[in-house]
Amino acid sequence: MTDVHVTADPKEAGFGDYVQLLKPRVMSLVVFTAAVGLLVAPQGVHPVVAVASILFIALGAGASGALNMWWDADIDAVMRRTSGRPIPAGRVEAGEALAIGLALSGIAVVMLGLAANLLAAGLLAFTIFFYAVIYSMWLKRWTPQNIVIGGAAGAFPPMIGWAVATGGVGIESILMFALIFMWTPPHFWALALFMNADYEKAGVPMLTVTHGKRVTRNHVLVYTILLAPVAMGLGFTGIGGPVYLATAAVLNAGFLWGALAIWRRDETVAQADGYRVEKRVFTFSLFYLFLHFTALLVEAALHSHGLGAW
Amino acid sequence: MAIRAEHEIHRRRLSRNLGVGLTLGAFVVLVFLLTVVKITRGDPMQGFDHTPESAPGVAQPAAGQGSAAP
Repeated sequence: MTDVHVTADPKEAGFGDYVQLLKPRVMSLVVFTAAVGLLVAPQGVHPVVAVASILFIALGAGASGALNMWWDADIDAVMRRTSGRPIPAGRVEAGEALAIGLALSGIAVVMLGLAANLLAAGLLAFTIFFYAVIYSMWLKRWTPQNIVIGGAAGAFPPMIGWAVATGGVGIESILMFALIFMWTPPHFWALALFMNADYEKAGVPMLTVTHGKRVTRNHVLVYTILLAPVAMGLGFTGIGGPVYLATAAVLNAGFLWGALAIWRRDETVAQADGYRVEKRVFTFSLFYLFLHFTALLVEAALHSHGLGAW
Repeated sequence: MAIRAEHEIHRRRLSRNLGVGLTLGAFVVLVFLLTVVKITRGDPMQGFDHTPESAPGVAQPAAGQGSAAP
């Protein structure tokens, strides 16, 4: 009698793997900032249109995430942080990710155009193009300024949310864009300081790889200083107010304090304590952005009751 | 003897099929709700009722009818 052993490798994708392709954690930030952009706008939209628009903006962001994973599969396989993603793990084929990314991009843009307006759809299309082509295909492997310029892709969602409600662009939506745009470099460089080995192995020209950690520490401080007036400036627009301004003042003081601590530190000290300060500032930067947009929501709620505005 | 194939792959296929099915169902519901909202709020639309319009919503009298009124 012959025993037959079948050892099929379960590499077939489950639904969760396709969800992972859309970078759900990035999507959650996109949903939040786009929703704030929409809710703080002076004009209201029907709740169904608002929910549908936010979903399509999130879908577009997810589609660009799938395109990014398709293009960066070789880098992701090398980096410890990303080696478990569906394509390098062998559960989803690169071609599938490309097809899903392209199809969802088309659906998201067309549906946002139908649900809201053409400006919002156009901004979403540009965001997808910017993240997939300008950032992923061009900047990321070419220049250490990759995340400075590429940060624009993550900064568009509140502007799109604003465009859904108003059909236009205003100083408020431009400053919301600028807030995320200026926040991205110090946020990612704080991460790069303690994840440097990953980027170096993958050959991604992060500032820490090309110019060293001293220069990166200087950049974190300079960009955090430049970020503060943008964040505070938003408080003096129509969507700002005392609550936002007080929140921004505290958060920017905290971020500046952290950036100063990063700047003062020596690499040997940082290595000795396992990059304790850098990790703390990175975590703080996540709260920094979340709380700024939460403060804008609070202001919008106060404004609707005749309170809080300048 | 019946072949009973219980494998991780089958569970993944089931999750994929269910996920895609539910997502498509949710999409249909969303488009339906959007359509209802758009129609009931009277958003700009073109009704194809064969009535000539100089501008959306401004119907022109049919030829010969305009002057026939007393």
